[in-house]
Amino acid sequence: MQSLTVNGVAIDDTFAEAFGMRATAVLITGPNRKWARQAAVTMTGFATSVIGCGCEAAIDVELSPSQTPDGRPGCRVMLFAVSTDELQKQVQNRVGQCVLTSPGSACFAALKGVADLKLGAALRYFGDGWQVSKKFGGRHFWRVPVMDGEFLCEATTGLTKEAVGGGNLLLVASSNAGALAAAEAAVAAIEKVPGAIMPFPGGVVRSGSKVGGKYKGMMASTNDAFAPTLRGVVKSALGPQDNAVLEIVIDGETSEAVAAAMKAGIGAVTALGPQKGASRISAGNYGGKLGKFHYHLKELLP
Amino acid sequence: MKPLIFALRETPPERLDLSPLTPERLAGLSAREIGEIRLGRSRRALTVGDLFRVSGEDFETIVFEGGSKRFDGIGAGMGDGTILVTGDVGAQAGRKMRGGRLMIEGGAGPHAASAMRGGRLEILGDAGDHLGGPLAGELAGMNGGVVVVRGRAGAYAADRMRRGVAVVLKGCGDHAGSRMIAGTFAVTGPIGRLPGYMMRRGSILLDREPERLSPGFVECGAPDSAFAAVFDRYLMAEGVLKRPLLGPRPGKFGGDNAVAGTGEILFRQG
Repeated sequence: MQSLTVNGVAIDDTFAEAFGMRATAVLITGPNRKWARQAAVTMTGFATSVIGCGCEAAIDVELSPSQTPDGRPGCRVMLFAVSTDELQKQVQNRVGQCVLTSPGSACFAALKGVADLKLGAALRYFGDGWQVSKKFGGRHFWRVPVMDGEFLCEATTGLTKEAVGGGNLLLVASSNAGALAAAEAAVAAIEKVPGAIMPFPGGVVRSGSKVGGKYKGMMASTNDAFAPTLRGVVKSALGPQDNAVLEIVIDGETSEAVAAAMKAGIGAVTALGPQKGASRISAGNYGGKLGKFHYHLKELLP
Repeated sequence: MKPLIFALRETPPERLDLSPLTPERLAGLSAREIGEIRLGRSRRALTVGDLFRVSGEDFETIVFEGGSKRFDGIGAGMGDGTILVTGDVGAQAGRKMRGGRLMIEGGAGPHAASAMRGGRLEILGDAGDHLGGPLAGELAGMNGGVVVVRGRAGAYAADRMRRGVAVVLKGCGDHAGSRMIAGTFAVTGPIGRLPGYMMRRGSILLDREPERLSPGFVECGAPDSAFAAVFDRYLMAEGVLKRPLLGPRPGKFGGDNAVAGTGEILFRQG
C-alpha cells in the first residue's frame, strides 16, 4: 500500500467506510455542571455499539448557562441507531431511566429533523395524572412532578436520517503508551467538532472488529489483521515495529461532521508525531461495498 | 409597497363592525368594492367610503390611522398579515383571530382576543373586561395564540382560557383566570380579588403573592423550577418583559379544589 507521510506519521492510502444511521439529540441541563454531566454520562452509558447496546451515544458538546433554554449548565447528547423504532425505544428508555431520575435535571430537544421522536410525550405518564402540559413559543413541554420539584421535558425531539455512523481512524504505534497518547490527542481534537461523537470508552476502541467470524452467530470478531500478537500467523496489516493499535470510531449528525472529525483527529495525531504517538494512521473498511460513505484519508490531511 | 391605510375622517356616529377589514377578506377587492363595504350597524348603513380615506396597495399590512371606542370587531377572524391601529378600539378586538399580528396602540374594549386561536395581539393601552374570554354561551375562551396587554386588564381576564399565552403588564381586575381550562396567563402588577376562581387546570403566573385567593387554593411549596426559568426567558425573548417574571423559585398555590384542582398560581417570591 502506498503511503504518504505527514510529520513522520505514515498515512495509508485507504478509506474509512461508514453507514447511514438515524440520529437524534437531546439537551440535558442540571443545577450545576457536575449534575448536568452526570445525567448525560449515565444516559450514554453502555451505548458504545449498535451491535450490542441498541444505540451509540455520547456527549456532543457541553453548553454554558447562556446557551441553554433554562439558563443552567447543560450537555448536548447525541444518539445513533439503525432504525427509527430502535432509536425511539432507546431515547425514551434512557431519558426515562437516567435523566428523569437525575437530581434537578431537565431535558430539551436538541435537533430539528424530518420527524419527531417522543420524549416528554411518552415520559409524562410517570406523572400519574399530575403532569402538566405547557405550549408556548412553538414548543411543547411536559412538567412531571417528582420528589425534588418538577422534571421539565420537551414533548418531542427531532430525528435525522442524514446521520453517519462508523467513521474511524486506526492509530498504529510501536508501543501501547504511544498508541494511547495518539488516541487521547485525537479524542481531544474531535471533541471540539460539533455534531460528532465518539461512543466508545473515552472515545477509544482497542478491540476493533471485522465482520463475522469462524463461530456461528458471531456478527463480529477480532480484527486479526491489526492484532499485533497475530502478526506472524495471519495476513497482517502490521509492520515489524508495530506493537499496538487503537481505533477512534466517529458517528456524525452529517457526513460533513464525520469528515471534519476525522480531519481533526488526523491533524492531532500527526502533530503529536511518531516519537510520542502513532507512527501510522490507517482506517477500517469492508472493501467499499457495504457502506455508502467513504472517507479517504489522503483527502483529510491537515 | 405602501400599506393599505384607512384614515378615519371623523369620529364615527355609531358603533362599527370592522371585522370585514382583514387582509384575507380584502384580498382581490377593487378600491370601489372596498369603499362599498358596510361597516355601520344601524339603518344608516355607513360604508368604508363614508368613514375612511383609503390609500395604499399592500393588502397584507393594514393601518388604521385614528381609532375610536366604537371600532368593534377589529381584526376578528384574521388569519395572516398585519393590522395596526394607531388609536383606541371597541369591543371584541381580535376575536377568534387565527394568525397574523394585530397591534393596537391605544386601549381596547371588552372581550378583546375573545376565543382567539392563533397569532399575536398586542394592546399598548388598557383592555376591558373579559380579555380573551368567551361570549355568553360559549364553552371556551382563548384557545391559542399570544395576547399582550401593556396596560391594565379589567375583570375576568383569561376567563375560561383553554390554550395559548396571555400577558398583562399593569395588573388586572377581579376574577383573573376564572374558570380556566388550561393555558398560561401571566400578570405583573396588582391583581384583583379571587384570581383563578374555579379554574380547572392551567397556570396563572404572578410577579407577587396573591392576597385574596379563593378558599379552594392550597399552598404547594416552592422548589427550584426549570419551567419558570424557561418561561421567563421566553417572555424576555419575545420582548414582552425586560426582567424575569417568576424567578428561579416561584411559590405555588394549587387549585381551585372546588373543581378539578389541577390548576396552579405560581408567583415570584420576595
